[in-house]
Amino acid sequence: MPDTQVAAAPRPLAAPRASATTSPARLPATARKPRHKLLGGRWRRFVSPLLLVLLWQAASMAGLISPRTLAAPTTVLASTWELIETGELPYHLLVSLGRVLTGFTLGVTTGAALALAAGLSRLGEEVVDAPMQMLRTMPFLALVPLFILWFGIGETPKIALVALGATFPVYLTLFAGIRGTDPKLAEAAKVFGLDRRGLIRHVILPGALPSALVGLRYALGSAWLSLVIAEQINATAGIGFLINDAREFLRTDVIVVGLVVYALLGLGADALVRLVERRALAWRPGLLKA
Amino acid sequence: MDIHAPALATHDALRVRNLTRRFGENTVLDALNLDLAPGSFTALLGRSGSGKTTLLRTLAGLDDAPPDARLDLPRPAAVVFQEPRLLPWKKIWQNVMLGLPGAGARRRAEQALAEVGLGHRQDAWPVTLSGGEAQRAALARALVREPRLLLLDEPFAALDALTRIRMHALVLDLWRHHGPTTLIVTHDVDEAVLLADRVLVLDGGRIAADIPVDLPRPRAHADAGFAALRRRLLAELGVGQEEAA
Repeated sequence: MPDTQVAAAPRPLAAPRASATTSPARLPATARKPRHKLLGGRWRRFVSPLLLVLLWQAASMAGLISPRTLAAPTTVLASTWELIETGELPYHLLVSLGRVLTGFTLGVTTGAALALAAGLSRLGEEVVDAPMQMLRTMPFLALVPLFILWFGIGETPKIALVALGATFPVYLTLFAGIRGTDPKLAEAAKVFGLDRRGLIRHVILPGALPSALVGLRYALGSAWLSLVIAEQINATAGIGFLINDAREFLRTDVIVVGLVVYALLGLGADALVRLVERRALAWRPGLLKA
Repeated sequence: MDIHAPALATHDALRVRNLTRRFGENTVLDALNLDLAPGSFTALLGRSGSGKTTLLRTLAGLDDAPPDARLDLPRPAAVVFQEPRLLPWKKIWQNVMLGLPGAGARRRAEQALAEVGLGHRQDAWPVTLSGGEAQRAALARALVREPRLLLLDEPFAALDALTRIRMHALVLDLWRHHGPTTLIVTHDVDEAVLLADRVLVLDGGRIAADIPVDLPRPRAHADAGFAALRRRLLAELGVGQEEAA
């Protein structure tokens, strides 16, 4: 296995050069340029991460990095396969996903409801905004000890922490978005016969959406972070448990698997929100050009 | 004030009596009286800060009228603002039918867009329109409501000269076709003389001059009466001959 890794090394480096020499003969002049740019631009980004992984592999093989410090990429790959085959990774992944999904849904719902209350009515603002602004200045992860006292060490404090992490970004961005409504647009809508409900539906909420979606992305990041912290609290399942358990046995390979899974989940969630953005904000100039 | 209240829809003539508006110490409109004949086209000129926009906003129902003023306003009213004010997240046809009740709204919106020469752009997003196209869409949005009172608040001020000429022709065309009582607020004397039957000059919170324009349409700057009228209006606005040249 290490041999194939090393043997594969020169390929991505050589690929752009090879395409540059072969493509002019086969493609007409107009089609050549974008294709070349695509190959160079898209793949070049992966060259340096791949190099780093190869360097890591080489250092491990040469004995420069002890498996106790960091397992070799090939070992990590093998462990990943093993964890998938035994069903361990899917099980823990599902537990973690369940926590994030529940907590995130709770947090987003709470944040959105509070933002709507504060954004759409003066009274709501007076009641909701001041405490929210005070609470948000506190690093919410500092609440872990209190949460353990309140909710014990079961699922509740974990989900509550994720929910809390997601609440504030959604609240802040949606509230700001609602308050940032262009008064000129609202005025025009009024002239053309929209009542308060129509105004909220056609002008205020769509106008707040770009800001709210940014908040949603922040909320996702915050939710993952909360999950990592929450899963350090006496968990018996979940990716965090997998990592902590592996630490007991000095299994750096399994720890890396856990970290990679966390990273991939974060990436996937971000991609999902970006997809939603592209659909929901098709009217924005930046997205129109893309 | 509900600008769509049916009780107001009985008059086609516009009548304003004793309209006073103050902002702090500053009296912007001072017991102003105004009459517009049904289906007439009037231009309202005035220096900046003379209360043109304040008056238009009151006529549009955007600001509540003070209790001691009497207003008989043709309804429904529609406004074209200086900026198009299209909702960027709605396609052009959706913008035009905004607030229209009923099932035939989309068809009516498409007809209105065709009428302003924007039928081919009805599915576009507002950000992709040029300034002139966006203002055409705003005109369509006003017209689709079949207003009895059409208020234009410096609608062409931000357009380039060539586009403005085309828009002038379009507005006159639409006015002739639909016949709403029309009031255009402008600071452009030429525009006022080109478009309107009657030019009012607002000064000191009152109508300081009321000048009929009986030049035959289509009008051109080169017409004999045009220059004379232009000079007179500029004098009313306090612009001397040397400055105007």
